[in-house]
Amino acid sequence: MFENVPEYISTAADGLWITVGATVAGIAIAAVLSFVFGLAMLSRLKTVRVIARIYVEIWRGTSEVVQLYWVMFALPILLGYRLVPLLVGILVLGLNFGAYGAEIVRGAVQSVPRAQYEGTIALSMTPAQRMRRVILPQALVEMVPPFNNLFIQLLKGSALLTIIGVSELTHQGKEVLIPRNVSEAATIWTVILLFYLLLAILITMGMRWLERRAAALVGRQPTKRDSVFARFGGGKDPLPAEQSKGGLADLRRKGGE
Amino acid sequence: MIRFEDVGKSFGPVTVLDGLNFTVAPGEFVTLIGPSGSGKTTILRLVMTLEQVTSGVITVGGEYLSHMERGGRLVRADEKHQREVRKRIGMVFQQFNLFPNMKVMQNLTEAPVRVLGKSRAEAEERARELLDLVGLNDKVDAHPSQLSGGQQQRVAIARALAMQPDVLLLDEVTSALDPELVAGVLALLKDIARTTDITFLCVTHEMGFARDVSDRVMMFDGGKVIEDAAPDKLFSEPDHERTRSFLQAVLERG
Ligand SMILES: Nc1ncnc2c1ncn2[C@@H]1O[C@H](COP(=O)(O)OP(=O)(O)OP(=O)(O)O)[C@@H](O)[C@H]1O
Ligand SMILES: [Mg+2]
Repeated sequence: MFENVPEYISTAADGLWITVGATVAGIAIAAVLSFVFGLAMLSRLKTVRVIARIYVEIWRGTSEVVQLYWVMFALPILLGYRLVPLLVGILVLGLNFGAYGAEIVRGAVQSVPRAQYEGTIALSMTPAQRMRRVILPQALVEMVPPFNNLFIQLLKGSALLTIIGVSELTHQGKEVLIPRNVSEAATIWTVILLFYLLLAILITMGMRWLERRAAALVGRQPTKRDSVFARFGGGKDPLPAEQSKGGLADLRRKGGE
Repeated sequence: MIRFEDVGKSFGPVTVLDGLNFTVAPGEFVTLIGPSGSGKTTILRLVMTLEQVTSGVITVGGEYLSHMERGGRLVRADEKHQREVRKRIGMVFQQFNLFPNMKVMQNLTEAPVRVLGKSRAEAEERARELLDLVGLNDKVDAHPSQLSGGQQQRVAIARALAMQPDVLLLDEVTSALDPELVAGVLALLKDIARTTDITFLCVTHEMGFARDVSDRVMMFDGGKVIEDAAPDKLFSEPDHERTRSFLQAVLERG
């Protein structure tokens, strides 16, 4: 039953590159949106906070499947033209996971001890200097592990693009390989599963590298983990536990009088 | 240099300061003492603009701090105004508050370069002088996490001095330190107080230090200054019963 494996691998690999492309582009968009809206949720301006909140609730609170159908089929009616499916997929991945990422950024920034913020005030730094030079570098360390989870979720979420006809990895299995070799479903799906696992491990390796860099930045030893596999099965919810060690969260309440 | 005029401060329903008046003259070293929770930290935080007054006015170096003039009227200061006045004020915290993402040198040069607009070379030269002064010239490239509490506090003092403040606020700067490290930090502060014309407003439970270094000591309780005298007078023959019993209690605690 293994004689066809090379063929399965090469056919699946055609989809692999689309999965990789969609994932990388989705991660890039999600990361940018995470920072933009995560910081916007901490803005001193109420309007900015409300806009960020609306973005997060909409993209986090609706089904990814419906989001894909909506951008694919509803948006063209309003817009007057159609986007190619791959682009729709990348956009939806970025927007959807950016909403979760915004919460990660917000939580991490708020977890930086309030004392750090007060140190920057005592040195008369501007709000931008406080954030860029002191708060964000420290928040980064807290962000990397939840972002690792999030990006793996995004990778797995890219399998959904199959429903709008993007010929990514899962699509290659379901629409190309299975119809040709129904009896070999077990082998085919195992090959595809292993491809996803490989990609997830690559993401984790990249994020572990980032984590070490970020930890070194704040003069901290990175937390020891047995291996990259320790990260897997890390739970569905990419959000850090509700963090409030008297960080910036209390700031607005206290400062707002 | 510092003037509180009828300053009130409440946190919600809790009134901490109530019509507080005092002044600190340029170059003076004034120590605030008083029971825990009486509002000493709050006073320093108001001067550092980490809190805002509920009522009354604070001025620093003849400029309004809590307020500003706009169209001939006195209105509440905005962030921009406070940032300007704040440059004259420095603070050393109980927990040091060094930036862990920067090495010692960068902790000392970051604000002078970015806030005061000094050249990097000038800021680094000054930082080295200050590290000499606090006895840590071998720690230039260390991360704060690699330093002992006493060393971190010395760096924090050097960092505050690097901004060339007119006013330096000290909030129980030795109370997070191991006992054997306290004397060194206090001796350093004494040295700085003697050799510079910085105005100090200091909160401490180290009564020996307060007596030694202060020009004036203010006993603070119930939202008001209840006694304000030279240290020798206040520590040996206080006028108020409340001061006497407070000092008694501190002495007994050791
Ligand atoms: N941000 C805040 N919100 C609410 N209450 C506060 C806040 N900060 C201080 N307080 C209250 O104000 C009072 C004075 O606090 P403060 O820290 O100024 O006292 P302190 O004299 O410095 O005490 P200690 O000697 O213990 O440091 C306390 O009752 C405290 O609970
Ligand atoms: Mg206090």
